[in-house]
Amino acid sequence: MTSTLQRWFGRGWLSLGYIFLYLPIVVLVVFSFNESRQDMVWAGFSTKWYGELMNDTEIISGFGLSLRIAVLTACSSVLLGTFAAFVLNRYRRFPGRTLFSGMASAPLVMPEVIIGLSLLLMLVSVQKMFGFPERGFTTIWIGHTLLGMAYAAVVIQSRLQEMDKSLEEAAMDLGCKPRQVFFLVTLPNITQALASAWLLTFTLSLDDVVLSAFLSGPGSSTMPIVIFSRARLGLDPRVNAVAALTILVVSIGVIASSIYLARAERRRLKEIAAAFKGE
Amino acid sequence: MKFLTHLLSLRWITGRRFVIGVPFVFLVCTFLIPFLIVARISLSDVDPDHPLGTLLTYTDGMINLHAKIANYLFIATDDLYGLTYLSSIKFAAITTVCCLLIGYPFAYFMARAKPTLRPVLLMMVMLPFWTSFLLRIYAWKGILANQGIVNHLLLSLGWISEPLHMMNTPFSLLIGMVYAYLPFMILPLFANLSKMDLRFLEAAADLGATPMQAFWRITVPLSKSGIIAGSMLVFIPAVGEYVIPELLGGPETLMIGHVLWDEFFSNNDWPMASSVTVVVILLILVPMAILNKYQAEQREGGRK
Repeated sequence: MTSTLQRWFGRGWLSLGYIFLYLPIVVLVVFSFNESRQDMVWAGFSTKWYGELMNDTEIISGFGLSLRIAVLTACSSVLLGTFAAFVLNRYRRFPGRTLFSGMASAPLVMPEVIIGLSLLLMLVSVQKMFGFPERGFTTIWIGHTLLGMAYAAVVIQSRLQEMDKSLEEAAMDLGCKPRQVFFLVTLPNITQALASAWLLTFTLSLDDVVLSAFLSGPGSSTMPIVIFSRARLGLDPRVNAVAALTILVVSIGVIASSIYLARAERRRLKEIAAAFKGE
Repeated sequence: MKFLTHLLSLRWITGRRFVIGVPFVFLVCTFLIPFLIVARISLSDVDPDHPLGTLLTYTDGMINLHAKIANYLFIATDDLYGLTYLSSIKFAAITTVCCLLIGYPFAYFMARAKPTLRPVLLMMVMLPFWTSFLLRIYAWKGILANQGIVNHLLLSLGWISEPLHMMNTPFSLLIGMVYAYLPFMILPLFANLSKMDLRFLEAAADLGATPMQAFWRITVPLSKSGIIAGSMLVFIPAVGEYVIPELLGGPETLMIGHVLWDEFFSNNDWPMASSVTVVVILLILVPMAILNKYQAEQREGGRK
């Protein structure tokens, strides 16, 4: 293979791959503006599905529930995920470490039906014994936190690993207590990872079907549950409208946060450079 | 007494114990104990009032073990379960192979792109993660349906005279599975390939190897841990996948996630659903152990 041929082959392969990854997203957005109901044939531009969406109480109330669960889930996942990442990264030896690291990473790959079923059976037993928690908001939150914590731990741990440990050692030498080191040195260094972990677990929770279906009770259908039950029946243009709206919000959020984070990172590097120069 | 006051004074909670304890207790309560409960229920009778029942009873100096293994015997002897497990593994394996065949060259070309371009390429692989997985799978219904986009395109081009039947077949299921899991293959491979020391390739070229030989005898063996990690990250969740077969699969694509769901929600047979779950866990235990080993190795490797 000559190198030009190889370069073009590489470009072609990458382009095809990205087309594959982005095709469904483009289709969703384009066809949310389609006039026709069932067919995937272009029948003219229309925004009527957005209007119908506004009157769709099932989706609107599901969205409200999903949003509340997602915000809580993101907060609790990042909190627990920070703990877990810190343990995995800093405490090399303690009884049960193998069990701990296994449990912390297993939810990432474990099929969700299994996690959902076992959590539900556990929560039902707890409810039989103590009379709470009722199936619904709280149980979904617990399930999402289990999943979110595993993802948050991965994101935060990789940042902890990259972090310059000599900063913490320096703080310790200068007389900081471990707690002060964590809040004054470690935490400011990992804010970026905390922010992306928060966003990731937020979208994860907002999107989850299987765990929610197992853990929800009567009258607590999250938005993905509503969408899933409709998508099973067939194509529904209102679902396309939901998709287009979420894609819009997510892209604004991701672009804005990456610009913000890039700026913060540049500022941090500049400050470090200035500190070294100034001495 | 002294022990109790010590316990109640909470002075034994040091910072380190607290930091380890909080996530540990949460994981034990929400992950480990639920599995033990599932294992327990899989051995009991259908009794919604006493889901935990009594596994061991003590009467007249005798310890009695009540374990109902009928569910497991049923799974072992019934054809439907056997076939479903086999087809789940088959589809998960095909998905893994397809992801590897598409993902390896993809990750390779990403890793060999200009250094300034790499973060952008990486970001573009991760971006779809941020939009709903459910909606992206749903979109394939519109693309592959009989009146879908692909058929319209092919019909209007005159390449086919009748719409191709693609939805609700093994084909549509595999498209959806490969689509959903491809990034999980690309990311570990990219991480691995972009760290590779390119001087090995120069050395190989100096010693007279063609680029093809260098690729197969140096690049591929060096990326072994990435290949294994990516394959496990795809295979394990794919075995128990529920949403994709439900939306894109059909009568020929029976998967175990669906059976489990049905036993639980339609038949209300909790012990049977639990037994099905235990068998799935046993199936993925070895792949999970392999994954854990390689991830630990990579963590230790990154430390040196």
